[in-house]
Amino acid sequence: MKEFFHRKIERNAIGFVLAIVGVASIGGLVEIAPLFTIHETVEEAPDMRLYTPLELAGRNIYIREGCYACHSQMIRTLRDEVERYGPYSLAVESKYDHPMLWGSKRTGPDLARLGGKYSDAWHVAHLMNPRDVVPESVMPRYGWLKRNALRIDDLGEHLAAQRDVGVPYTDAMIENAVADARGQANPDGPEAGGVAERYGEATNVRAFDGNPGTLTEMDALVAYLQIVGQLTQAAHQETAAKEE
Amino acid sequence: MVTGLTVSERHMALFVLGALALAGLAMAVGGRGDPLAVHGYIVLAFSLGLGFVVLSALFAPEPPESRLSEYYDDPTRVGIILSLAWAVAGMFVGVWVAALLAWPELTFVDSAWASFGRLRPVHTSGVIFGFGGNALIATSFHVLQRTSRARLPDQFSPWFVLIGYNLFCLIAASGYLIGVTQSKEYAEPEWYADIWLVIVWVAYFVLYIRTLQRRKEPHIYVANWYYMAFILVVAVLHIVNNLAVPVTFGHAKSYSLFSGVQDAMTQWWYGHNAVAFFLTSGFLGMMYYYLPKRAGRPIFSYRLSIISFWGITFMYMWAGAHHLHYTALPQWVQTLGMTFSLVLLVPSWASAGNALATLNGAWHKVRDDATLRFMMVAAVFYGLSTFEGSFMAIRAVNSLSHYTDWTVGHVHAGALGWVAMITFGSLYALVPWMWKTERMYSPRLIELHFWLALAGTVVYVFAMWNSGIIQGLMWRTYNDSGTLAYSFIDSLVAMHPYYIARAFGGLLFLTGAVVCCVNVAMTIRMARHARKAEAGGDVPLYGQAGAAQAGE
Ligand code: HEC
Ligand code: HEM
Ligand code: HEM
Repeated sequence: MKEFFHRKIERNAIGFVLAIVGVASIGGLVEIAPLFTIHETVEEAPDMRLYTPLELAGRNIYIREGCYACHSQMIRTLRDEVERYGPYSLAVESKYDHPMLWGSKRTGPDLARLGGKYSDAWHVAHLMNPRDVVPESVMPRYGWLKRNALRIDDLGEHLAAQRDVGVPYTDAMIENAVADARGQANPDGPEAGGVAERYGEATNVRAFDGNPGTLTEMDALVAYLQIVGQLTQAAHQETAAKEE
Repeated sequence: MVTGLTVSERHMALFVLGALALAGLAMAVGGRGDPLAVHGYIVLAFSLGLGFVVLSALFAPEPPESRLSEYYDDPTRVGIILSLAWAVAGMFVGVWVAALLAWPELTFVDSAWASFGRLRPVHTSGVIFGFGGNALIATSFHVLQRTSRARLPDQFSPWFVLIGYNLFCLIAASGYLIGVTQSKEYAEPEWYADIWLVIVWVAYFVLYIRTLQRRKEPHIYVANWYYMAFILVVAVLHIVNNLAVPVTFGHAKSYSLFSGVQDAMTQWWYGHNAVAFFLTSGFLGMMYYYLPKRAGRPIFSYRLSIISFWGITFMYMWAGAHHLHYTALPQWVQTLGMTFSLVLLVPSWASAGNALATLNGAWHKVRDDATLRFMMVAAVFYGLSTFEGSFMAIRAVNSLSHYTDWTVGHVHAGALGWVAMITFGSLYALVPWMWKTERMYSPRLIELHFWLALAGTVVYVFAMWNSGIIQGLMWRTYNDSGTLAYSFIDSLVAMHPYYIARAFGGLLFLTGAVVCCVNVAMTIRMARHARKAEAGGDVPLYGQAGAAQAGE
């Protein structure tokens, strides 16, 4: 019987096309659609802050250079991972990550809890030549980051696009994006104050690449690396709660 | 080749190339100071160059009416050559990135484009989309016409599909080098390339359906089901996963519509099904035509092919969550993903078994004919890698394998053993038909290629199994005092010998691909020298009913 039935659809190209699309759509619909509606998918994290323009630019450099091809940012709920890297990752931590950078390969270690682990100077030296710091490393050198001036004139547009996809940047943040980027990497400059005002007192305001005078891609990337896993403390709290 | 187009088709081509050139110009002007401009210039140069080619033959006489009683194979021939060119380029970069993991200083120091992170997607896109995609398009045109006994409906749209697709690949690969990427694995190209691919893909679909509607066979042959599933589902996946908002229309950069956990699920729903419908479905289409054809035997079981087809089409779409075990993805989705991945083994092995059973009674041919042996080994590796995949999808196993080289080993068991082998086998069958020679220039070179490919695959896969499992175990081993026994660096050092072995295996495989190119080039030369030779092994468009559908 089945064979007979199938013989029939085989004679109708459009019918076959519809059948394929229909049959193939079910899985995705059932698995993906609920993720957008079910509340428990993403936890609450009232303390969550947004990426500053400089950090966002750094994140874009992280994407551009393909760091995600060697580094994950997703600590699984396994004992050895938690002990090696820190509290396991929560969904809320990448709530504002368009796109997420969970990664699928650990040629290098997981970076989900990297923020604050090393000094800025360590990162700069490591990125300039990883083998200066860790002789066995197979990570590439990234010397051009320190030579390239950071493009900042369009950061307002970047924040606006982020807002379009759902990140709650305010008008003030968008308007001051360029100034905030300069300010965050120049702690003694006139524009530094606004950064803390808009993004919170805890925001790192430093000359990340060691040179407050110029704003390089290195500034941006290190600013980003120092905030990875630090936008909210929810993961630390959750682990602490479980241990009690 | 342009002279084969009718005059109105040449006009059409010029018109489209003109529009494309304008789009390139707009990108170049609108994207000043942004990588978008670089791509604008590439598009502009590409369309002007091709425009020149068309112009130079614009006033040639109309092609003879007699062409309409033959199949239209020019695009297939060009597609084969493009596929091989991408194969060598993509695998060369593969060997390069493999070497970089063994010897990180092996690069032009401090050149951004030559760093691992930018080269790796050039490799993956180069082999999957460049090599695999072109092979799929080229063979699909061939199979579609033969099994439908119908000529492609016009001569412009197959060129639009093939060349448009290669423009996409070019934009993709050059983009990574200048730092344009969305970072989504296997969907790295940015919004404008994605939009272009949608246009090309719609044309591909329309072409396919139009040809099917003209078919003179009542039934649509199995191979076409798979090609259709490939075209349709890849379109759906591509559009959904690439939904994004560009920073402005003057920026190459865009931000994905999805974030965090929803983005992860969408990405791996895409990623896994890119594997399913690009690297599996399409190549199964290839297998279901060329393997029975070459073996001279009908498909073992029609029923099995139905079960396998609908099983794959239905179940793969549920399996993506196995890329996200133990992550922040809700547990119920992980469980669904794992369950379907396990059941998926049934239709997968149905296809692999169907292929091998088809060879029953032709084993002497497998022994003597390296072309058929390529296809046989491909079916075996298909069975193997799907078994491995289902195994790795089990949560407990995945806790070890995820993030390690084991995944990379699994990928290449599928990619080298299945995708590349079935492609090479099919191309060796197809090339003599397309250039109307009796056989390939040198069967001994095919034999050499076969052994290089097999050895390369085995070395590669074993190296990665070893390194992956060692890595996974080292990360989770505790010493007596209850602390982790190895630092990350310890595991990194332990990988070194395997990375060297992998690079060597890859080099063998690449050498095989180069041997293939030489053989194909010599076959084409041979064909040029002996234009008079009669077509061998090909099916005539009319007459000889019954010989048309392999396996029916
Ligand atoms: C070829 C793979 C590879 C790429 C690409 C890569 N890394 Fe690494 N990374 C490694 C390896 C291996 C290590 C461990 C050895 C070391 O510390 O250098 C590492 C270590 C690190 C560390 C130290 C982590 C820790 O907790 O000790 C940081 C930070 C880092 N990488 C950042 C980056 C950034 C940023 C990029 C992109 C600009 C990048 N990596 C690209 C392989 C890579
Ligand atoms: C000459 C042979 C090849 C070599 C040496 C090679 C090498 C590599 C290397 C070194 C990587 C990166 C692994 C890592 O990051 O740890 C890689 C990734 C990959 N390659 Fe290949 N490759 C070859 C052929 C192919 C072919 C023919 C295909 C597909 C048809 C393919 C598909 C892939 C894919 C999909 C990945 C990404 C894997 C992942 O993200 O897990 N490769 N390859
Ligand atoms: C029944 C069929 C299959 C199943 C159930 C399956 C399952 C899996 C699993 C569990 C992973 C590891 C995910 C992770 O831990 O990150 C994986 C990765 C992968 N598989 Fe398969 N697999 C199957 C067949 C294939 C085939 C035939 C290919 C062909 C080339 C293939 C290509 C890949 C690729 C490219 C990846 C790497 C994705 C990435 O991380 O970048 N798979 N697969």
